[in-house]
Amino acid sequence: MSTLLAAAETSSSAGETVVFWVCAIIAVIGALGMLLSHKAVHSALFIASTMISLAVLYVAQSAPFLGMTQVVVYTGAVMMLFLFVLMIVGVDSSDSLVETIKGQRAAAVVFALAFAALLIAGIGSATYTALGLDKANTVDGGNVQGIAHLIFGRYVFAFEVTSALLITAALGAMVLAHRERHTPRPTQRQLSEERVRSGHAQNLPGPGVYARHNAVGTPAMLPDGTPTDRSVPEPLRGVSAVVGIDSEDTARVTALAAGGSVIPTTDEETES
Amino acid sequence: MNPANYVYLSAVLFSLGAFGVLVRRNAIVVFMCVELMLNACNLAFVSFARIHGNLDGQVIAFFVMVVAAAEVVVGLAIIMTIFRTRRSASVDEANLLKY
Repeated sequence: MSTLLAAAETSSSAGETVVFWVCAIIAVIGALGMLLSHKAVHSALFIASTMISLAVLYVAQSAPFLGMTQVVVYTGAVMMLFLFVLMIVGVDSSDSLVETIKGQRAAAVVFALAFAALLIAGIGSATYTALGLDKANTVDGGNVQGIAHLIFGRYVFAFEVTSALLITAALGAMVLAHRERHTPRPTQRQLSEERVRSGHAQNLPGPGVYARHNAVGTPAMLPDGTPTDRSVPEPLRGVSAVVGIDSEDTARVTALAAGGSVIPTTDEETES
Repeated sequence: MNPANYVYLSAVLFSLGAFGVLVRRNAIVVFMCVELMLNACNLAFVSFARIHGNLDGQVIAFFVMVVAAAEVVVGLAIIMTIFRTRRSASVDEANLLKY
């Protein structure tokens, strides 16, 4: 495998050019998409594509270990964590487009362009003679062995400090995400007594099922014809996800109940 | 294939990430932009490792990944804690320390 990678590295400069341009374009499009999409979930998907194309670029630069680590750590762990928090915080939490500081967006555009120009000018003024990693990757028998030799040799202290950092981060996350229970957990008996005392001991009505909407956000209709909010699950009530019942639908139901025809009349058909 | 192209790409990605940090309001998206900047730095490290012909740059990129993972864990926990008390993930809302 390592000899195969090394052979591919030395012989395929043209192939690497193609890989570079394809992955670079995907990476830049992903970054732009992340910046410009209003929904945070779309941003997460765009940056996942950027990270995967960066992993391909690492492998193309004879860093197969880092490429695999990039896929496992970033697209595997970090992006899943991002999506998990997005689901908790609210998928449809989108940015407000109001500028809180006047002229900030224009200043940011100018800053980013100037910064990019500065970096590119600095990079362009240097000269590069790539020595290549063919020799460094074969000294210890491969890329992974070479990196292991460095991590557990010259950088072993940094590696140990990293373990302390990871433990601290895990503890910090636990402390921040932990919520203390201030009241004792109610027993089943207390819950049932509370229920009887609250006035409606029976179950709450289920959501409504109609010909047009059977979503869980559709309220059920009471016998007197008014929709009831209690039939909608509690998390949906606050965020205006409750789907209203069409007045057209209710009119048709009333007409049917009064003995009207099931088949719609011709003028309704041409309307729809 | 000139290895400078990889460094140019990393400069472009870093600038895009910095722009996003300045412009976006959603704290989670700001975090993604920081991740993009870290990724751009990693790409530069890997390119420099190749240019110099030794693996030190790759080891540094590996350490950057570890630190980024720890940073994401703590940062997202902070965002969740703020969301729990303020019911908002916008960076404009967290201004209690302002006055």
